[in-house]
Amino acid sequence: MGAVSSGRVSRVTGPLVEVEQAGSAAMFDVVALGTAGLPGEVVAIRDGILTVQAYEYTGGLKPADSAVSLGEPLSARLGPGLLGGVFDGLLRPLDGAPAWLRPGVARDGAGAASWQFVPQAQRGQRVVAGEAVGTVAGPGPVAYRILVPPGIAGTVEQIAAAGEYAADATVATVDGAAVPLTTRWPVRVPRPYRERVAADAPLHTGQRALDLLFPIAKGSTAAVPGGFGTGKTMLLQQIAKWSDADVIVYIGCGERGNEMAEVVADLFALADPRTGGRLADRTVIIANTSNMPMMAREASVHTGTTVAEYFRDMGYDVVVIADSTSRWAEALREFASRSGALPAEEGFPADLASAIAAFYERAGAVVTLGGARGSVTVVGAVSPPGGDLTEPVTAQTQRFVRCLWTLDRDLAYARHYPAVSWSGSFSRDAAALATYHARHGDPEWARRRAQVMAQLAEADRLAALAELVGVGTLPGNERVTMLTGRLLREGVLQQSGLSGTDASCDPAKGAALVDAVMVVSERCRKLVDAGVPATVVEEVDFGPLLRAREVAGEPAEVAKHRDALLDTLQELT
Amino acid sequence: MMRSEIEYTDIRELHGPLAVVHGVAGAGWDEFATIKLATGARRHGLVLEVDRDVAVVQVLEGTAGMDPAGTGVSFTGEPLRIPVGPCWLGRVCNGRGEPVDGGPPILSGRTSPVSGFPMNPTWRLSPAQPVLTGISVIDALTTLVRGQKLPIFSVAGLPHLELATQVAAQAHVEGDTAGGRTEPESPAGFSVVFAGMGLTHADAAFVRDALEERAAAGELVLLLNTADDPVIERILTPRLALTIAEDLAFRGGRHVLVVMTDMTSYAEALREVSAARGEIPGRRAYPGYLYSDLASLYERCGRMRGRTGSVTITPVLTMPAGDITHPVPDLTGYITEGQVVLSADLHARGVYPPVDALSSLSRLMRNGAGPGRTREDHVDLAAQLLAALARARQVRELADLVGPAALSETDRRYLAFEEGYAQDLVHQRGDETRDLADTLGRAWRTLLRLPRRELVMLPDALVAAYGAGGDRACPY
Ligand SMILES: Nc1ncnc2c1ncn2[C@@H]1O[C@H](COP(=O)(O)OP(=O)(O)OP(=O)(O)O)[C@@H](O)[C@H]1O
Ligand SMILES: [Mg+2]
Repeated sequence: MGAVSSGRVSRVTGPLVEVEQAGSAAMFDVVALGTAGLPGEVVAIRDGILTVQAYEYTGGLKPADSAVSLGEPLSARLGPGLLGGVFDGLLRPLDGAPAWLRPGVARDGAGAASWQFVPQAQRGQRVVAGEAVGTVAGPGPVAYRILVPPGIAGTVEQIAAAGEYAADATVATVDGAAVPLTTRWPVRVPRPYRERVAADAPLHTGQRALDLLFPIAKGSTAAVPGGFGTGKTMLLQQIAKWSDADVIVYIGCGERGNEMAEVVADLFALADPRTGGRLADRTVIIANTSNMPMMAREASVHTGTTVAEYFRDMGYDVVVIADSTSRWAEALREFASRSGALPAEEGFPADLASAIAAFYERAGAVVTLGGARGSVTVVGAVSPPGGDLTEPVTAQTQRFVRCLWTLDRDLAYARHYPAVSWSGSFSRDAAALATYHARHGDPEWARRRAQVMAQLAEADRLAALAELVGVGTLPGNERVTMLTGRLLREGVLQQSGLSGTDASCDPAKGAALVDAVMVVSERCRKLVDAGVPATVVEEVDFGPLLRAREVAGEPAEVAKHRDALLDTLQELT
Repeated sequence: MMRSEIEYTDIRELHGPLAVVHGVAGAGWDEFATIKLATGARRHGLVLEVDRDVAVVQVLEGTAGMDPAGTGVSFTGEPLRIPVGPCWLGRVCNGRGEPVDGGPPILSGRTSPVSGFPMNPTWRLSPAQPVLTGISVIDALTTLVRGQKLPIFSVAGLPHLELATQVAAQAHVEGDTAGGRTEPESPAGFSVVFAGMGLTHADAAFVRDALEERAAAGELVLLLNTADDPVIERILTPRLALTIAEDLAFRGGRHVLVVMTDMTSYAEALREVSAARGEIPGRRAYPGYLYSDLASLYERCGRMRGRTGSVTITPVLTMPAGDITHPVPDLTGYITEGQVVLSADLHARGVYPPVDALSSLSRLMRNGAGPGRTREDHVDLAAQLLAALARARQVRELADLVGPAALSETDRRYLAFEEGYAQDLVHQRGDETRDLADTLGRAWRTLLRLPRRELVMLPDALVAAYGAGGDRACPY
């Protein structure tokens, strides 16, 4: 920690505070403002005047109030107690904080909690940075591994015996350096790792539209742009609940309080299908709702990724979910405009693109300092004003992500959920994941994906044509293609997040649904080729096939639904 | 509330709603200020910026008629606070909270800052019970839920003010039925805070008139900023309304509905201040912080652990030129939990309220409707009705293309269904309160104009229980 030095507030306009005579202060140092000691961060220094971005409401702060630079960058406390907790944008616990968040009430403290430490390393053993000296059990199956901090290696000189320790206790000494139970890390600095490796294993999200068409790898990045009400939050919450990661960091960034209450309640109520424990036990929630201080939104995405990297370094696969990155970008814009920075596109600061890039760049699959494999996957919602996908945040984000899951207003309006557009989305991970699936028992994966994409595109083309010339003029086989498109949309891609049975879908069921539709489609094509009028085929009640996603749990049951429909079609000949 | 008052008189600049005061010591950001004019009149202001000894003050009553010479500004040492408590109930005030009903000033032993504090998200309870409006199309298809924010999107010329007033006049809650047991109705009952911004005198008179009964019953607080009142005052009006509502709800245990109309007028006031400050304009010259500013209002709805009351918010806004991508409706849609959209088409057909159910959505409806909340058939019934309406709309478009004669028998039944829906279910008088059983009975009768095979979302058991036409009472 650097020197503490104090100065005086000279200017206050909302979250922007200028400070004079601060002695020595470095960029990104934390400053305590006024008598309440409101936290802020130095974001510019010019002619001895510090520009500070305040993380709480600055009402009543005035010129000549004290401003104390703490000589330390904005840092997050990383340690046991994160899993299952709800925190603000600076990672201060909200559980246990008062009902109304008056400025100055939030506390960063470790609390009185103590943790059961189980040593792993032996005295005299040689360890490197990133290696575990022991563990603390989490609330669920994810344990906290207590790691040798970066930059430290050598012989274990002391190791604590199994037992209960305070959050700030030192549990080992390595080469003269302490290994604490809880560490601090500056949130804007990515935590180090040994090397990046290819992200080539799938993150299974349980959402068919993603897993079948626009899959994402563990360690990759995705953005979800969509106008209001198109289903961004629902989709992100589904991923938080059902994806096969070890740890989820859910950042509610400038969105609704009611949604935070709901997601917390859901996560505590739902069982993790893989472990049987509560989903909350693998989740860290950062809640910075739209009425909470604006600049804490800016910090929250960095805080969240820091927490994710902390678990990655223990060898876990972590997913960071940020809803919504647009609110974060707006905080950047708001601050830039108050500080008089020269605006670029639509008032956003000129470094918007690099800020977005830096956020997504913290994703990746790595070999940790300790030699384990871990990953951080980043998924961010984007809320374009007026649904305009050419606006700066959406346009810049598209450049930096590997997957784009665009939500389509027309699909949402027609209550087709999730409203993932098949023509407006992409996955740059698809090729790598096809290889993975081929090696892991599903050699048909790539062919299936290509087939579905082709059918959907062709059905769309024909639908546009039919609008011009009338569907009656299209030949029978083209009408079967349109029918196939409908069956794929309604029987495979639609998936209600509110369904008790279909909210999450495993890969085998997803594949079975696609295959069932394709078999039925083939049969319809044969019938039409054999002279059965397309209108007759279209009139068939496809309900049993369309309901399969809701009622069938296993591939074998899907096949039963398919066969029932094939029998019905048989009667047409 | 006031500390020893120093009056600062070095006012170097007046423009738009802003006064720039020099030589100030000790004024804090967002502090409340009082301004004494040479004439002796008093105005009020908020500090937008302090820079060494210079304070920029936004004058709520505007700067018209102010002369820098002879004007003095003093700072109160804290953000604006207002009295809170049941003392507001039954009162009619202007947009600054000053009584215009001839009654005494509003006094209370308690005050609260008008900007409020964010509710700790971990203290929030998900909305889970309905607010019934007695308006069929809303109760049946876009149920309002306690603690929700659900706006009305309209365009100039449509009867949104009538609808907002009707909601304010009729809204009520039934006894709580949490966990299946019926608790007595929240002891302190239901209250409405109505904040009007930029209303014409005729509209203001209409609102007062229509809400008279509720005011007389001591269930209403009316804050009216009229079109000829100072524009900047509108920035304060919704904050007063919400501060009053939060206290009535979370201290007084009441379920409070806050109706705020017209938010487009509110946003214009914000734009005016922003322009006067020379801020970089965002879309359509609205300030870049419009989202956060609107959120600081709308997010004040909710329920809280351990408290009985709730705050539900219904903002009303007119979309300029009917454009839903305009910043005010767009950003509102990004904050609220759904929207109720009015349609010029239905209005032209003489249907009141002209709610376009297909474009409308109450995102929290599933929390507030259904078994244990309204009636067991409600959610399925609404889903089926919306699906049928979507189909009816397609049929109508088809009929426009190929002529009604070319429609199939089923298609024609859909057109008849849609007509029945508009006339029987949606249409009602502006002073008519329908109970939920009546509303759901109408919904069933409307749907049963379609062949049974079309109603795939309704299980046989529900049709048997409710479809026979009898208006089965709502058990909750
Ligand atoms: N996967 C889904 N399954 C079922 N319903 C959905 C799904 N996605 C969206 N919906 C419906 O759409 C509504 C809006 O969805 P959501 O809140 O996710 O939108 P959003 O894109 O996050 O909007 P905003 O930008 O305003 O936050 C939901 O309340 C729900 O009714
Ligand atoms: Mg959302």
